[in-house]
Amino acid sequence: MPQGNSAPLLTGSLIRERRLALGLRQGDVAQAIGISASYLNLIEHNKRKIGADVLEKLAQVLGTEVASLSEGAGGALIDDLRAAAATVAGVRAELERIEDFAGRFPGWAEVLAAQHRRAAQLERAVGALNDRLTHDPYLSASLHDVLSALSSVRSTAAILADTEDIDPDWRARFHRNLHQDSERLAAGAEALVAYLDGSDTPMEQGFASPQEEVEAWLAGRGWQLAELEAPDGQALLQAEVAGLASAAARKLAGAFLDQAAHEARLLPEVALRRAWERGEDDPAQIAAQVGLPVLAVMRRMALMPGVQAGLVICDASGTLLFRKPLDGFALPRYGAACPLWPLFAALARPMTPIAQRIEAAGRATRPFRTLSICETRLPMGFAGPALREAGMLIMPDAVPARGDAVLVLGSSCRICPREACPARREPSILAEASAQ
Amino acid sequence: MTARVLLIEDEPNITEAIRFILSRDGCDVTALADGTGALEAVRQVRPDLVILDLMLPGISGLDILSQLRADPATRGLPVMMLTAKGQGRDREAAERAGADHFMTKPFSNDDMRAAVRALTQG
Repeated sequence: MPQGNSAPLLTGSLIRERRLALGLRQGDVAQAIGISASYLNLIEHNKRKIGADVLEKLAQVLGTEVASLSEGAGGALIDDLRAAAATVAGVRAELERIEDFAGRFPGWAEVLAAQHRRAAQLERAVGALNDRLTHDPYLSASLHDVLSALSSVRSTAAILADTEDIDPDWRARFHRNLHQDSERLAAGAEALVAYLDGSDTPMEQGFASPQEEVEAWLAGRGWQLAELEAPDGQALLQAEVAGLASAAARKLAGAFLDQAAHEARLLPEVALRRAWERGEDDPAQIAAQVGLPVLAVMRRMALMPGVQAGLVICDASGTLLFRKPLDGFALPRYGAACPLWPLFAALARPMTPIAQRIEAAGRATRPFRTLSICETRLPMGFAGPALREAGMLIMPDAVPARGDAVLVLGSSCRICPREACPARREPSILAEASAQ
Repeated sequence: MTARVLLIEDEPNITEAIRFILSRDGCDVTALADGTGALEAVRQVRPDLVILDLMLPGISGLDILSQLRADPATRGLPVMMLTAKGQGRDREAAERAGADHFMTKPFSNDDMRAAVRALTQG
């Protein structure tokens, strides 16, 4: 396993991928940084560890950050592989060689990770469908209507068929009832088919929640809503939102869009970028200047093109309402997050800002700085409940100096390697693997 | 003996069909379209059997059943519940509350006649 100052073996694959994407020749890149082409070839095929100085030069030539070569997509891939290993009981995957595996067989690793994601999506879709059949009040009421009409048809038709001496008035009445019920049945069946048809798409895509569907939409746009800077931009985006598969996701995305448009009007990108370029990247300061809530400025920062920032927002129950991931800092796709996140510390202390440097447990990861705050809303005034919402902005950080307080935390317990964590809720697959 | 049947069912066409087949079998059928006057109707009609739809507007069939079972005067009154497929949990609750028989919609007229005969002649 690569340790110390050297980057993980997987780095080679990332370098090669980046170089090929830029259309650069191996020989030219090697020459530019003063190493031989054959040595670069060995590095790219993960057969040689790469020193920090070479990595820095390579990052310069390839026009990227060191961190995105040493972690980048690889971090997410490895998280997916770990999660895949966690799902199969009774099979001991060689977790200690996970980076080696991803480095040597990047294609197969991607296939495995993609299969795992697909399986997880389908499992959630099945769960959601099952839940819908059991608890969905619309479906339950519609089926009841259909069964009632059918019941009446069956009973009435049998009376007409079996009763030879039926009175003409009764006969006419039962014919009328049959006609009414058959119309009700047709309408009920049509409504059911339309309902089930309409819910096919999000289920098949595995969006167990409307929130997930909205996030997939935002991720597909690179988490940017640049259109909102133009006067008629919201209408363009509304057209996109109308194309989302489920009605609940359309409603959620519509509300998000209204909020984002409002915040964009009060804090246009030009103003935010100017502040950013002056080195003013403290959302609380900007919020004070423009008279917006801090969470609103955090959202603006996280959605600004070209800015590397992740954002999570939760409500008073700790449920994550918004998740914009950042390379190298994994967010749980579903299930509960790490309780050590400063986000939750902020939730417990409304309006107390928490600035905290963090590092993901385990792998040699880059550090991040986080800014968290919890705000309270009173949508129903003093008479109604006070609603808390906490946000945590996550930004890449310089390597902290010795003695700086850095909080080591994880994504979620199941895939976190920090065995002796006092906040652990359930065993990690990594601990289980090493115990075997 | 003419059996008195109190039918509490909100679907008028089902009510009409049941009333027809049971009347031809010699029953005296009183029908109610919702559950709010059920207990009062039981006191007035003094039925030999109550046929009760599980899903009623206003007050549910399950609540009516519980009230009937809580009153010493109606504790032993035979009650047939009309249920629809997919109401498994409600049916279990009705079983616990003391329903005597279940008829699942859509039912056959012969099954309905046979069940009513069994419940009123016991």
